[in-house]
Amino acid sequence: MSTSRDFILTVEGLTVSFDGFKAVNDLSLYLEHNEIRVIIGPNGAGKTTVLDLICGKTRATDGAIRFKGQELTRMKEHQIVRSGVGRKFQNPSIYDDLTVFENLEVSYPRGRSVMGALAFRRDQQVLDAVHEVAETIFLADQLDCRADLLSHGQKQWLEIGMLLIQKPDLLMLDEPVAGMSVAERKKTAELLKVITRNHTVLVIEHDMQFVGDIADRVTVMHQGQVLSEGSLAHVKADPKVVEVYLGH
Amino acid sequence: MKTTPSASSLMSRENLYFLVLAALLLLVFPVLLDAFRLNLVGKYLTYAFVAVGLVLCWGKGGILSLGQGVFFGLGGYCMAMFLKLEASSPEATASQSTPGIPDFMDWNQVTELPWFWQPFHSFSFTLIAVVMVPVILAFIIGVAMFKRRVGGVYFAIITQAIAAILTILIIGQQGFTGGANGITDLRTLMGWDIRSNEAKTVLYFVTSGLLLACVLLARHVLGSKLGRILVAMRDQEDRVRFSGYDVASFKVFVFCLAAALSGIGGALFTLQVGFMSPSFVGIVPSIEMVIFCAVGGRHSLLGAVYGALLVNAAKTGFSESFPELWLYAMGALFIAVVLAFPNGIAGLYQRYLMPLEKKMLGGLGKAANTRPTAAARRMEETP
Ligand SMILES: Nc1ncnc2c1ncn2[C@@H]1O[C@H](COP(=O)(O)OP(=O)(O)O)[C@@H](O)[C@H]1O
Ligand SMILES: [Mg+2]
Repeated sequence: MSTSRDFILTVEGLTVSFDGFKAVNDLSLYLEHNEIRVIIGPNGAGKTTVLDLICGKTRATDGAIRFKGQELTRMKEHQIVRSGVGRKFQNPSIYDDLTVFENLEVSYPRGRSVMGALAFRRDQQVLDAVHEVAETIFLADQLDCRADLLSHGQKQWLEIGMLLIQKPDLLMLDEPVAGMSVAERKKTAELLKVITRNHTVLVIEHDMQFVGDIADRVTVMHQGQVLSEGSLAHVKADPKVVEVYLGH
Repeated sequence: MKTTPSASSLMSRENLYFLVLAALLLLVFPVLLDAFRLNLVGKYLTYAFVAVGLVLCWGKGGILSLGQGVFFGLGGYCMAMFLKLEASSPEATASQSTPGIPDFMDWNQVTELPWFWQPFHSFSFTLIAVVMVPVILAFIIGVAMFKRRVGGVYFAIITQAIAAILTILIIGQQGFTGGANGITDLRTLMGWDIRSNEAKTVLYFVTSGLLLACVLLARHVLGSKLGRILVAMRDQEDRVRFSGYDVASFKVFVFCLAAALSGIGGALFTLQVGFMSPSFVGIVPSIEMVIFCAVGGRHSLLGAVYGALLVNAAKTGFSESFPELWLYAMGALFIAVVLAFPNGIAGLYQRYLMPLEKKMLGGLGKAANTRPTAAARRMEETP
């Protein structure tokens, strides 16, 4: 095994058991800096659970998750975020009662303590950051719009924007194009390409076209384990993968 | 700083509403109402402190507490303990078997002032305790619950249980607390007779002034990023947590702030009513306080004040004529508000009266717009 120094994220022997059912079972995963990794696999394979484990939403039964030299399995959720892990949920999780501007502002990584939040000022730095991100996520004209009025696709982008403004080193996206129109998918693929110039990205996705567009490497999961890993062409040709997908 | 035109006009609108409330409390009521009615309004206003706290923690933060009576009561009891000690001077209680201690202690064969009563000889300690005792309890409850991610209905039930426990404790420890009768026969505040009409009028103004200050404080908190985080937590708690915030600490903060406001309200209640008893602490008053807030509109600070005023006025009117029906009326009111007007009076106002007002103000606004420029020109003309 190569030294973990080369990797931004090292997951080894990760296992979680829900009342005896191992949703993730002895899983290992290595992510390089600025890599786009896509996880695919049938429903219930444990993909979302892997992201939950990395960001601390679910606690591992066993195994290690090292991120930039820190062991995440023992850290609190907000500390994991502050160490540079951003995570987008499967269903768009945005603040419906706030405007797009406020959604991004709340996500801006300053004034995260109670006193810090009370003392927070909307200065030029914040304005610039919000406008820059809004531009990136195609929402520059919707800044004053209440978030619940956005379309489904726009909500997905907004949540991605809320992560971008935090400047995380690792961005984890759970099915970012699910439910999007073809045009929106295209735009999202572009967006991800822009993002990955300076982020490491871990994406869960079903849409093979989309996966082919963005992935550096693909990990196929099945029953909580890694079934196959490599380029999209490589995993597509893997007989084990073919069997799982055909049998599905 | 970017302020959109709509935001700035909203600000001035908010200021206008605030001024209307201030005028109502400081001018209209004192002019129109006799001393007795004014004192009643003053009593209602002490509940508005609780309702404002509930807007912060329930309306904005999504944390429903059914135990705010606890904090109201603790603030009220702190003040009552001070006043009781002042009323229990050795001269005034010379006929007791132990002079110099509150009468109910003497009746219960307590022969020495308990240790936790001692500091309440000091008025400055009492003022601090009025805020800090509720805050400390809220902090303990908040840390215990929110760090364990207890929320929603479970939290509401636990606060309800705490209200019940505190009531039982107060009633059970008659010798230390005055029991079910409470702490009664309070007379003077540092020698100033609080039972006179003049004193009650002064206390009314103190209450109004403090309430307006608390509304401004609450508005300041809601206007900060913390206010938006509260709303964000209510909408998507996990998203806030996974944006790097320690959600529990924000909940603890807002719960403590609401407790502090309730405590201040309770202390002012004691001063104006002249006694404090467990009947203002338990489950029923705690739920009533939530109803004041819900009726006024749980998202609106000013709405909460009007809710407290109106429901209490209705309660007084109702209890005078049909005392046995009040509880049912209250229940019906709550159900009606929850089902039909989830945003309370403030919501109704925004929906039906604001469009009308806009039309009227629109006309006025045009007229007003020309005036400053004319005035400015005149200023330039004068050398
Ligand atoms: N908190 C949980 N408690 C119990 N079972 C869970 C929990 N989270 C996920 N699971 C189960 O783990 C399996 C994997 O789920 P998930 O990671 O959501 O799959 P995927 O995202 O690949 O479709 C599913 O069978 C799911 O029911
Ligand atoms: Mg999933």
